[in-house]
Amino acid sequence: MENSTSPKFKQNAHDALNDASLQRALGRLKTGFKDKRTAAIAQLPEFEQLRDAARDIKNHTLANLDHYLTAFEANVIANGGHVHWCADAEEARQTVLKICQDKDAKSVLKGKSMISEEIGLNAFLEKQDLKVVETDLGEYIIQLRNEPPSHIIAPAIHVHKEQVADSFRATHKGRDINRPLDEPRELLDEAREVMREHFFAADVGITGANFLIAETGTSVIVTNEGNGDLTQTLSKVHIAIASLEKVVPTLEDASTILRVLARSATGQEMSSYTTFSTGPRRTEDLDGPEEYHVILLDNGRSNMLGTEFQDMLRCIRCAACMNHCPVYGAVGGHAYGWVYPGPMGSVLTPSLIGVEEAGHLPNASTFCGKCEEVCPMRIPLPKMMRHWREREFEKHLGPQSMRFGIQAWAWMASQPKLYQFATGIAARALKLIGGSKRAIRKLPLASGWTDIRDLPAPQGKTFKQLWAEQQAAKKA
Amino acid sequence: MTDPSSLSPSSSRSAVLGRIRKNLGRAAGPQDAPAEVVTRLANPPRNVMPARGQIPHDQQLNLFVKMAEDVNASVRRVENSDAIVGEVSRYLAEHNQPAVVRLAPDATITGLDWNKTTLETSSGVAGPLDMVSVTPAFAGVAETGSLMLRSSPDQPYTLNMLPDTHIVVVRASQIVGTYEEVWSLQRQSQGRGTMPRTFLWVTGPSRTGDIEQTLQLGAHGPRRLHIILVDDTGETSVGQPD
Repeated sequence: MENSTSPKFKQNAHDALNDASLQRALGRLKTGFKDKRTAAIAQLPEFEQLRDAARDIKNHTLANLDHYLTAFEANVIANGGHVHWCADAEEARQTVLKICQDKDAKSVLKGKSMISEEIGLNAFLEKQDLKVVETDLGEYIIQLRNEPPSHIIAPAIHVHKEQVADSFRATHKGRDINRPLDEPRELLDEAREVMREHFFAADVGITGANFLIAETGTSVIVTNEGNGDLTQTLSKVHIAIASLEKVVPTLEDASTILRVLARSATGQEMSSYTTFSTGPRRTEDLDGPEEYHVILLDNGRSNMLGTEFQDMLRCIRCAACMNHCPVYGAVGGHAYGWVYPGPMGSVLTPSLIGVEEAGHLPNASTFCGKCEEVCPMRIPLPKMMRHWREREFEKHLGPQSMRFGIQAWAWMASQPKLYQFATGIAARALKLIGGSKRAIRKLPLASGWTDIRDLPAPQGKTFKQLWAEQQAAKKA
Repeated sequence: MTDPSSLSPSSSRSAVLGRIRKNLGRAAGPQDAPAEVVTRLANPPRNVMPARGQIPHDQQLNLFVKMAEDVNASVRRVENSDAIVGEVSRYLAEHNQPAVVRLAPDATITGLDWNKTTLETSSGVAGPLDMVSVTPAFAGVAETGSLMLRSSPDQPYTLNMLPDTHIVVVRASQIVGTYEEVWSLQRQSQGRGTMPRTFLWVTGPSRTGDIEQTLQLGAHGPRRLHIILVDDTGETSVGQPD
C-alpha cells in the first residue's frame, strides 16, 4: 500500500460520515475495546508504573538503537537465522521475493503484519505469480474484499457479518450455496476449515513482530487466533518482517511491555498466544521451519531519531489511541488514506510519506488529549500533531486564506490595546447577530463551521471585560 | 541455505546504522556498546512486577486456576501423576471428544500408564487428523494463568496448535508468580541467551473477535484448552518435567 489517499482526507471524511453502514460498524467501537480496557486496568494497580517502565525501556533502547540492533543481529545469526537490513519498502519487497524464489515457493501464508501493509507486500508478490493468503480472520476478510485494513488490530472492524458471508459465498466454491452463514460462529468455522488446507500447503510463512529481543535474537508475535503460529510453524521458511524500533534489550523488557500491550489493545490480561521464535527448527526437532529470516526495515524511521518525532518510535501498535479518538470514531480508518489511521497514524504517516502528502492528518484532531491519556507508552501525540502543523505552516502547505488569517491574528495578538478593542467590538457584534437564539447560523469566512453546526454566540463581553467587572464588584 | 550477503547488500546495513548514529549525534562507524547496554544484556534487570503474583505458593496455585478459568481454559487439580490418564479419559468423555490421543513424545507423558484406559494413543507431531493432544509444560504463571510451552524434540510445536482439544499437564511445583521467574528458570535450564525455536505463552484457547467484535473460541488453534494441575509435592515424577 504505497499510494495514499491522505491528500483527500476531507472528502474521505465527508463520505465516511454519510456512509450508514460504516457508521453502524463504528457504533460498536464506542463500547467494546474501550470498556474492556478500563476494566482490565482496574484489575492491575501497577498499571501506571508499568507505563513509566515501558516508556523508559523504549527510550533507553532508542538512545542505543545501533548497539541493540547489532546485538540482535549477532544473536539471530548465532541461532542459525538470517537478518536482512532493508533501507526502504522496495528493498524489503525484493528481499522477500528473493527468499521465496530461492525456495522455489508457490504459496505464501501471512500472519497479520502492519509492516507488510506499509510496504504493499501482497500486491507485489501476487504480481510475481505467488499465491498469497492472509490467515488472520480479519485480514482474510479484507483480502477477499480487496481493501486495506481500517484498524491496526481489528482490520475488518468496518465489515458486517452479512458482508463476510457474501465474500465467503463468492470465494469458497464447491460448497452448498444455501448453507447457513448468518452467525459469526458459522463464518468462523468455514474460515477455519478453508484455512487448514492453506496451512498444510504453504511454502513460506510471513509474520510481523511485536518485539525483537536483542539478548536472544528472538522475534515475538502476539495473537489470539493461533494463525500466526501455524503460519510460521508449518511453512518451510519463516520470515519475520519488522521495523527497526521493534527491538527491546531483554526478555524481561519485552515482558514488561507485554503487560501493558494487550490490556491497552483488547482489554485482555494477556493475548491467547505470545510466541517467542528464535532461529529455525533445531536439528532434532520434529517440526518447525527449516529457515528463519528477519527483515529489518528502516523506511524512514532512522530519520525520526534526534527529531521531535523520536518519541513516536516507542509506539507498540496497540490501537488504544484510535479506539478512544473522537475523530477516528466518527470517520473510521479508511478516511485517513494510508496504512496507519487514528492519532498514531496522524503522527507517523507524515514521517513516512511526507507532510506534503499527509498534511491533513495532523489537523484531524480535536486536541481533546484522550490519545495521550490512554497511550501505554506515554507518547505525546497531540504535541507531535502540533509539530506537524508547524512544519506544514513553515512549508506553506496550508491554504492561502488560512495563512493570511493566522498571520493577521498573530499581528493583532501582539498589539494588546488594538486586540482588546477589536475583540470587544466582535463580542458585541456577534451577540447582536446571535439574537434571542444566542446562536449564529451563517457567518462570512466561517462557513467551515456554520455549514455543519450553529456557532454559539458570545454573551457580549470579552473575558477581560468580565474579569475587570468582577474584580471591581469584589472591591465595592 | 540462502547466502544472506547476496540478499542484503551490506550497503543498506551500513547506511541504516550510519543514519542511526548520525541522528543520535554519535561518531560514524562501529563503537563499543556502553557499559549500561553490556550490563543490561548480560544481567537483565527485572522491571516493575505486579504484586498480584508475588504471594505464597499455595495462593499462587489458586490464582493460576482462577486466571486460567477466566480466559476460558478449564482446570482440574489431581493428587498425583497416576491420576493424569484417568482425568484425560474423563475430560474427553465429558466433552464428547474422540478417545484417540496424540501424545508429546516426552517421558513424563508417554511414560504414564495409558493402558489403564481405553484411549488409543500415539506420539509425535500433530497432523491434520489429530483431534486431541496431551503435552507437558515448562511452567505456569499465576499472574495471568498462562502456560509456558517450549518446543523441543520431545515437544513438537504442532501439538499446541493443530488439535481441537489441547490438554496440558503442569505440575504444582512448576507454577510461579511472574514471567520474570520463568526467564530465570529458562536461563538455568538452557543457559544465558539460549532459547528453543519457540517459547510459547498460552493464555486460554484460541479466539477471535474479528467478526463484529463478538468473541468466538477456536479460531485457528485449539477450541478447548484443558489444564491438568498435578499436586506433585513429595512425588518423584516418571521423567524430568520438561
